[in-house]
Amino acid sequence: MCGIVGIINQNKQLIDGSFIREAIRIQRDRGNGLGGGFAAYGIYPEHKDNYAFHIMYDGDRHNPLISQVEEYLDLHTKIFHKEEIPVYPTKVISNGPYFKRYFLFPHEDELSKDQTVDDRIVEIVMNVNRMKGAFVVSSGKNMGAFKGVGFPEDIADYFRIENYTAYMWTAHNRFPTNTPGWWGGAHPFSLLDKSVVHNGEITSYGTNKRWLEMYNYFCTLQTDTEPITYIFDKLTRKDNLSIEDACFVMAPSLWKEIDRKNDIKKQKLRQIYGPAVVNGPFGIVLTYENGAVILNDRNKLRPVVCARVGKRFYASSEECSIRLLSPNVDEIWSPKGGEPVIVELER
Amino acid sequence: MKTNWTIRPPFHPEFNLERCDYKGGCNICSHECSWGEISLKPVKGDDQKIYHMPWANWEACGACQRCVKSCPQKAIHIVNKPMYSGHGYWTTEMVSNLWRQAGNEGGVLLVGNGATGPQRRYFDHIMFDACQVTNPSIDPLREPMEIRTYLGSKPERLNEEIGPQLKLEVPIMFGAMSFGAVSLKVHESEAIATKEIGTFWNTGEGGFHKSLREYGNNTIVQVASGRFGVSEDYLKAAAAVEIKIGQGAKPGIGGHLPGEKVSGQISETRMIPVGSDALSPAPHHDIYSIEDLRQLIFAIKEATDYKVPVSVKIAAVHNVAPIASGIARAGADIITIDGFRGGTGATPLQIRQNTGIPIELAIAAADQRLREEGIRSKVSLVASGGIQCSSDVLKTICLGADAVYVGTPVLLAFGCGVCQRCFTGKCAYGITTNNPALVDRINVEQGTQALKNLLHAWGEEIKELMGSMGISTIESLRGNRDRLRGINLSDTELRILGIKHAGE
Repeated sequence: MCGIVGIINQNKQLIDGSFIREAIRIQRDRGNGLGGGFAAYGIYPEHKDNYAFHIMYDGDRHNPLISQVEEYLDLHTKIFHKEEIPVYPTKVISNGPYFKRYFLFPHEDELSKDQTVDDRIVEIVMNVNRMKGAFVVSSGKNMGAFKGVGFPEDIADYFRIENYTAYMWTAHNRFPTNTPGWWGGAHPFSLLDKSVVHNGEITSYGTNKRWLEMYNYFCTLQTDTEPITYIFDKLTRKDNLSIEDACFVMAPSLWKEIDRKNDIKKQKLRQIYGPAVVNGPFGIVLTYENGAVILNDRNKLRPVVCARVGKRFYASSEECSIRLLSPNVDEIWSPKGGEPVIVELER
Repeated sequence: MKTNWTIRPPFHPEFNLERCDYKGGCNICSHECSWGEISLKPVKGDDQKIYHMPWANWEACGACQRCVKSCPQKAIHIVNKPMYSGHGYWTTEMVSNLWRQAGNEGGVLLVGNGATGPQRRYFDHIMFDACQVTNPSIDPLREPMEIRTYLGSKPERLNEEIGPQLKLEVPIMFGAMSFGAVSLKVHESEAIATKEIGTFWNTGEGGFHKSLREYGNNTIVQVASGRFGVSEDYLKAAAAVEIKIGQGAKPGIGGHLPGEKVSGQISETRMIPVGSDALSPAPHHDIYSIEDLRQLIFAIKEATDYKVPVSVKIAAVHNVAPIASGIARAGADIITIDGFRGGTGATPLQIRQNTGIPIELAIAAADQRLREEGIRSKVSLVASGGIQCSSDVLKTICLGADAVYVGTPVLLAFGCGVCQRCFTGKCAYGITTNNPALVDRINVEQGTQALKNLLHAWGEEIKELMGSMGISTIESLRGNRDRLRGINLSDTELRILGIKHAGE
């Protein structure tokens, strides 16, 4: 069990982190204090053209790995700015790993043939993650993830997320079951501009992981959310599928349905992308630069409620989070299993 | 010159004469036994009449159980009383093999069916996962469960063309058994059953009988080293073509259908003269390397206008992973790997028992190698050789196969008692014979129903297993070694299978 919330301002109006903190706080029962986190879009306008790397290091600022990672980043990217991510130890969370953020851009002359800048960033993230003790928490432009071990409101206080303003926020309250509760394993899980908050347990993990490995995505963070993020990235960015098609791949309709409609395209999507089907119970809010997708497993084995209030869009594991912030909504509904809700931002 | 001693088989029937109806004139068992084991012995009854009592000759029984199954009085059972060797090293089996070879038969010991040796059955050391609390299992009676599988080369992206595919409603196909090795009624039953269920059967290397061509959409035809029955029409009549390089029961050696089995219909279907020995050479004489295989694959694709997938079947041997990679790169759409337990009509005993490797290890190694090279989606992997039940099927899929072939289970569905004498042409069930009197024992309608039952039952069991693992569609289990655990396996075995030990 986990709790998730997303607040998406389609008009890109900025709101501070206190709202999302409250929204996830009242879903306390859905977590157990072993993980909480937030993703925020629009928080680094002054660096919006560079990739913002949030990196978590085991131990403290004296960890020799830090200089090793920075040496690697220096060699392959231009770092425009780097700084500690300020944290504010509280009674509940007195000690965490060391966080730093870097605003960087890869050396374009290092790109191999057919490699895009985004591809290169993914490669760099994978390489850093494979250095034991360093984890790239997020790597998109003008966005960042804040997460750790604790209840989400404690994590919010630890990072003081009310000091950040964003047009799109997601939050996660973790109840880890099959993977240990550790700082890197908290959600959201993020790669490039994509981040995922997820409630569920993926029964297809082994298939997804081994398929991703063929395309140089390595699942190292011991969390189910990681392959979902990589699958979405591979489908939309590398294979240029539309958001709808990518959602169909992850939660396809039944063969019976495809046969009935004689839908050749969908048949082909299932034939090609069978290993990318995400099986098992899940409800996810997947956010990216220009929007968000809310998706349930096709059997609808996890709750997700969506609502709209003017230009603001909510998705949540429980209605209470939505009603807390907006007692009166224009629309509220439970999306069907396997049918994605796609929210696009105004450009 | 014969010895002045004889050996007798370990089995013979025993008759419960209190139940037996020989006094009523029943003599079904002696008719049903096609081996000459049961004769009728005249005995004088208390009423001074002569009755014909069943009598075991103790010379030809192979425990096929035909007499047992057909006795209306249930008066027969087969006993196993071998010429027992008390020697710990020279076991009963070794001793009797040697006696057979030196004393009566000479030459190469032949057997049918798959290997019987004590090698580890890895399936028994692999356990499935199941859902508890943190995620719900799925009830296949309430929720849709999908086991449809497509075999064939898949492109990397949506905008690339997809090659020809085979659609399997159950990920189980009937493996190659040729007309000649099995009777036409077996082929006919396989053809009808696969058409009705939505899967495929394989003709084997003995051609595709003209009366069954209407089932071409569910038929995979084989091109083996003997090229029996191969013509343009033959290739075009099927849904897929399989190049047979080898089979698990006899890797590296050819086949031999004795001339006396080459009767009219077999002669016509194989396109060889009546009464001539049908010899399949050990290698294809036009394939001495991987580049030669590539030429044959593309020759077949040209002949079939690239409309059907081409499969290449190999026996599971030590180097199976790199060989599979080579076959994928040579242009095959499907690779079939046949483990050393795979069955056959006839094979030298020493080859059957001692050559090849288990399918579990072979499929795991091949799948892993294809993934490491990034070419797994270019080919489908079909596994065969020793698959005995639905859980074996699903474990094979979790290890990396797309689908499986079964052969012996097909024979069992016709009643076969795995007596290992398929090459004799005397099969009491009419399966591996072309003696019209014996073949008549098969009723195609019943055979078809039995095969459909088998596919249906295994499909349902697979859905149950998937449901317990919280998986609603089989593609989420393909290569999903995460959901398997090993018991009593060494680190090396676990590494090759790519699974963790139970408790981890």
